[in-house]
Amino acid sequence: MDDIDRKIINALQGGFPISEQPYAEAAAKLGLDEATLISRVRALLAEGTLSRFGPLYDAERLGGAVTLAAMAVPDAHFDAICELVNDHPEVAHNYAREHALNMWFVVAAESRERIDAVLDAIEAETGCDVFDMPKEETFFLALRLQA
Amino acid sequence: MALSRNDRRLLAALEDGLPLTGEPFAVLAGRLGWAEARVREDIDDLQARGVIQRFGIVVNHRRLGYDANAMVVWEAPQESASESGHKLAALPYVTLAYRRAPRPPLWPYTLYAMIHGRDRGQVEALIEVATTAAGLADVRREILFSKRCFKQRGARYRRELADG
Repeated sequence: MDDIDRKIINALQGGFPISEQPYAEAAAKLGLDEATLISRVRALLAEGTLSRFGPLYDAERLGGAVTLAAMAVPDAHFDAICELVNDHPEVAHNYAREHALNMWFVVAAESRERIDAVLDAIEAETGCDVFDMPKEETFFLALRLQA
Repeated sequence: MALSRNDRRLLAALEDGLPLTGEPFAVLAGRLGWAEARVREDIDDLQARGVIQRFGIVVNHRRLGYDANAMVVWEAPQESASESGHKLAALPYVTLAYRRAPRPPLWPYTLYAMIHGRDRGQVEALIEVATTAAGLADVRREILFSKRCFKQRGARYRRELADG
């Protein structure tokens, strides 16, 4: 990654023009030409520095429901329980965190009723109480980690 | 407002991201059988409605050297939780900020932020700055560093289409 890549990453985290020739427009603001911007973005995607280029959705406004859930999982059974949880296709992210509540996962489904059913199933399968922390307010922000 | 059938078609066309070519919306228009201008107008509309939160690049934190991240939670007073949340969201190293339902007595926390840094020490320092900036210095908080990530996927739009 060089200075041009850094400049592209820092600029495009904030948004992208929705115009007929958006790459040319964004490139001009960065002092680049269209072909350079496109080939740089393609390379950054291919090497995995960028995980995606396009729209980022608000899952709830897509018509679905999402929650963040946590469990206190005994260390000895952590991996086995992790597999049971991840086997549910509605489980998106799952992180181990340093806390008594040591397993944190996001559940996304088409309805709140479906989420309740998934959390009930996880409790039954794992024997662990699930803490369910649905979102009440999102504070919007532009992702802008300095490259 | 619910998504229309055409909204869903447009989101499906964008499933793999924006085409990397000079006139990407014309490419999408070709796939959809729509006019190019209509594609752009509908994307603008989805952004205005908040369905599309943001249009642009999504970075891989670890590839940029942000190796440490912590979820920080505060027991924010109900009357000021929203104001504190907006202040957290304005900080450049905060990548997510939410208010969530508490589960007292074991989990009384209401305000959540994800904070990324190059190492644990930097994340801890940023948490102190964020806590003060958001007026949360006097409330109980916990810092949960992540250890491992077991599963990560984006919104699986096709499945939601099938269910919708």
